[in-house]
Amino acid sequence: MTRLLKNPLLLVIGLALVVALLPLLLPSTFYVRVVALVFINALAVLGLNLLMGFAGQVSLGHAGFFGIGAYAVAVGPTHLGMPTWLSLICGTVLAALVAFVVGRPILKLRGYYLAVATLGMGMLIAMVVSNEAQITGGPNGMPVPRLVLFGWRTAGPLIWYWISGVTLVIGVWIAINLIESPTGRAFRAIHDSETAARVLGVDVARYKLIAFVLSAAYAAIAGSYFVLFDGFVTPETASFLRSIEFVVMAVLGGLGSIFGSIVGATILVLLPQFLTVFHDYEHIVLGTIIILFLIFLPAGIVPTASSFFKRRSA
Amino acid sequence: MSILAVENLAISFGGLVAVDGVTFAVEHSEIFAVIGPNGAGKTTLFNMMSGLYTPQRGRILLAGEDVTNTPPHELARRGLSRTFQNLQVFFRMTAIENVMVGRHLHEKRNVLTHLFTLPSVHRQNANTRARAAELLALVGLAEAAEKPAGSLPYGALRRLEIARALATEPKVLLLDEPAAGCNPVETEEIDAVIKSIAAQGVAVILVEHDMRLVMRISSRIHVLDRGRTLAEGRAHDVRSNPAVIAAYLGGAGAQEAARAVD
Repeated sequence: MTRLLKNPLLLVIGLALVVALLPLLLPSTFYVRVVALVFINALAVLGLNLLMGFAGQVSLGHAGFFGIGAYAVAVGPTHLGMPTWLSLICGTVLAALVAFVVGRPILKLRGYYLAVATLGMGMLIAMVVSNEAQITGGPNGMPVPRLVLFGWRTAGPLIWYWISGVTLVIGVWIAINLIESPTGRAFRAIHDSETAARVLGVDVARYKLIAFVLSAAYAAIAGSYFVLFDGFVTPETASFLRSIEFVVMAVLGGLGSIFGSIVGATILVLLPQFLTVFHDYEHIVLGTIIILFLIFLPAGIVPTASSFFKRRSA
Repeated sequence: MSILAVENLAISFGGLVAVDGVTFAVEHSEIFAVIGPNGAGKTTLFNMMSGLYTPQRGRILLAGEDVTNTPPHELARRGLSRTFQNLQVFFRMTAIENVMVGRHLHEKRNVLTHLFTLPSVHRQNANTRARAAELLALVGLAEAAEKPAGSLPYGALRRLEIARALATEPKVLLLDEPAAGCNPVETEEIDAVIKSIAAQGVAVILVEHDMRLVMRISSRIHVLDRGRTLAEGRAHDVRSNPAVIAAYLGGAGAQEAARAVD
């Protein structure tokens, strides 16, 4: 088990197999829909984990980048006549650009100060999409034209299952590559001791910015998928609450664990589906479960489990 | 030309003058010790030399070039690296990964190739790992390569920091208390490592409280007290200097010590 988790390429292959075979086991399109949502959220959390879990820089504003991706695929085709795929690319580039411009000054801040600065950035983006009513439809939102791929209209959960599943596998592969490279080592070094990293020649400001821009791009792609799947976008897409959800998914699954990002997203997407029996008290139960997890498994689910198996096998 | 020279360096924090007009120059292959009682300003001096603090007065010259306001990562590129008195180890990485970070400047840093792990990145990772393994062997940590740094004992972490600093291939190496918390055997191992580093042409500047280690390996000793230079010279001269003894033992103790030396 631990060896399986150790070899990174096996993780990618394993995930690809799960994505390929899972539809055979899912009893109805309802479940296909839920799993597609897991994949989309996991993609955003994966990027956030590169920033928070590896480079050690907190962000409470990633729903902002998610929102930029989301509104790009709504506004691009509707107002600018751009094809959806091009809008998606432009949205991702725009989110990366915003991260680059905003990140340069605010990544000099640390800890709580960085948390508040990113929070402000996220809220600002949410306010812009909610106030520019002529373009974005304001608080009511706007419909998102369907993605047309090779003359084929992509509607329905199964198609989005495949698109988001394949993208997640590629996203995991890229994240693993990065971590096992000089860039990834620089991220982890900055997390443990910025001072030591600087003295060894790591340009700390540059690598923080790389992590921030990259995580913004992951979030933007996830945001585009999310509303293309739904067919509608509202300012809620970029809301503060969603930023918090991403952070909770990352922490729950395990900061600094690629696999943990997927586990965290799975739990936080699935729980509300099964908590509907509690209807009125859903949020209380969800909150309690999260608090219990954070008290008893502060390192996150995957790191705790893998150290448990390591101890067992030792 | 000296490989590293500091001229009239000074810094104060609030009203406290931590370092006040310190001047010295260090040559290739030299082992230069900076000693002094607690609070003399040794670590502050190191923090200025490695670019972590900006001096308020004076200059720092590295290989003849003024590097006074140069950031640490730029200094590392120009050949200056250091270790820390209060360990700054990457605790969540393995020992060998710690040293691999030290190879950062000698690796190609194109992020796009890293995203897609081209074969060149694989080759480079293998080279970096091999070089890091050699350095771990040099400081006697070959066995610990794959262990998380957080699980290593204190003495091993000190040597790990030395290996990591060496990985940058410095021309000047600042060692801040390399033997602190080490037992006599470990101290002797560090002794041998420092000598072999200097023998390769690196200028080693060390702050150390273990006087036996300092006397044994230093070619010259610079004594600080309350931020000022008290004395500089060869081990024997410094040891018998009354001002130095007074600083370490206080006025009354100095008289005792002077009698003991006679």
